[in-house]
Amino acid sequence: MFWRETYIVFRRQLRLALRNPAWVIIGLVQPILYLVLFGPLLEPLAGSLGAQNAYTLFVPGLLVQLGLFGALFAGFGLIAEWRAGVIEAERVTPASRTALLLGRILRDVLQLFVQGLVLIGLAFLFGLTGSIGGMALGLVLTVLLGAACAAASNALALTTKSEDVMAPVINSIALPVLLLSGILLPMTIGPQWLQVVSDFMPTKYIVNAIRELFAGNFFTITTMWGVIWTLALFAAGLYVGTRTFRKENA
Amino acid sequence: MIHARGLARTFDGRGRGKQKEQVKAVAGVDIDVAEGEIVGFLGPNGAGKTTTLRMLTTLLKPTAGSATVAGYDVATQSQQVRRSIGYVSQSGSTSPEARAGEEIMDHGMLYGISQKQAETRGRELFEQLDLDGLWERQPRAMSGGQRRRLDIAMGLVHDPTLVFLDEPTTGLDPQARANLWTHISDLRVKRGATIFLTTHYLDEADALCDRILVIDHGVIVASDTPDALKRQVSGDLVELVVADPAQAPAAARLLAAIADSEPADGAAGAGAATVRARVRGAGHEVAGLIRALDAEGIALESIEVRRPTLDDVFLTLTGRSLREGA
Repeated sequence: MFWRETYIVFRRQLRLALRNPAWVIIGLVQPILYLVLFGPLLEPLAGSLGAQNAYTLFVPGLLVQLGLFGALFAGFGLIAEWRAGVIEAERVTPASRTALLLGRILRDVLQLFVQGLVLIGLAFLFGLTGSIGGMALGLVLTVLLGAACAAASNALALTTKSEDVMAPVINSIALPVLLLSGILLPMTIGPQWLQVVSDFMPTKYIVNAIRELFAGNFFTITTMWGVIWTLALFAAGLYVGTRTFRKENA
Repeated sequence: MIHARGLARTFDGRGRGKQKEQVKAVAGVDIDVAEGEIVGFLGPNGAGKTTTLRMLTTLLKPTAGSATVAGYDVATQSQQVRRSIGYVSQSGSTSPEARAGEEIMDHGMLYGISQKQAETRGRELFEQLDLDGLWERQPRAMSGGQRRRLDIAMGLVHDPTLVFLDEPTTGLDPQARANLWTHISDLRVKRGATIFLTTHYLDEADALCDRILVIDHGVIVASDTPDALKRQVSGDLVELVVADPAQAPAAARLLAAIADSEPADGAAGAGAATVRARVRGAGHEVAGLIRALDAEGIALESIEVRRPTLDDVFLTLTGRSLREGA
């Protein structure tokens, strides 16, 4: 029953997304632009950043960026749906509230997965090398992180019900996270104080773990911390999201 | 079908003065609706109509009181309540970019009916609600009336015995409203459904409802048939427009002789003055009034006799007009 409801919501969301593919395409183009326009700048620097291959260093960061940004903006769609009365209409049905949320997150997760595949595939053309198994695991971590962000974003959307409130909140979260996670450049090249600040950023550990995985190092402390943080964020995101979807009704 | 006792909802108000205050949106209402009734919930904007409706449809938890809807408790048996009721909210129910048919099928499936069944039911409802040929249409490409009928179809896809309609005709043109009224009455005639609707249109409540609950400031101030409510207002409204404003006092004196209420001056138009008062049985009093006016040589621009409307009822009950702020 629960999975059927989740599937109905997911199928509807996917249909709507595919019918208006502009967003899917924009989401795909962005990481490609980074790869094509920023990647070459890193190539000559790779050695001094402590990496043999610029793309093994760069692609994990791009994956996490994809997971964070794509998913954090997912809530905007929910506000539009809320305004059209869709959320309310779904909430008067006996369907599980968690299914209403999960179906939507699964759409974001699927989109993220496809974008990640395209990104990694394209990166091979640019000269990415590394462990295929590690890349697959890295993509899994990305997807879990994306699910957490999508859930949080949906929760925020349902709480604020206003794009005008949500946009500044998301931007003020996303930018420091982007800068302090070592997504574009590893934090290790920064001064001591910046490294200390970035130690408080869970996503930094995730980026580092995915870099390790790409390099084929599965069983290191860095990888373990990244996995732990991903799972923790995933659980927290789902908890907050479900709670918000359950709230405001008997 | 509906039994509510002391149903109340308070919100934490976030006032501009930053101090927290409790806002009583609904301050304890008792509601009884029998099977097969069409009951109107009438009140101005902000009176607590939608809040009450959201409590009865399990969308909002009551802060006090209890309610059973379709035989189930809204607080402890919300699943069963949801299965038994249809809810047509005022904000719509479909994404503008989706296709109408797909929306109604998905909606039906969330109620647990099979895809095939949902399609059959959906197509049936489209036919009944004059939405033929719109199965593939996007809601954004529909007229306001078509979209409202689509919302109603969405609310009926699981064949509920009790239907809640929140401001069903707000924003529609007169023709579309009249058309929708027919469809709403048909819900009872053809499907035997019980209907609970909110409105702030008096003609709507008058045309559709067996019984009207009037709510104001979160409290139900009256509950009766439209006719009985109108009888509470003493008399018909007689309005005279005198050609020469100087003669208005004399006209008011003559009107007072037959009136139940003191005549009041209306807004004075260009070179004319309006005098109005309530007169019981205006039908046969007016002939004498006209003769008396004629005898004193008072010329009239116009004379109008109006049966009491629900707006008058509301004014009598609350001291305010329903149209204020509506």
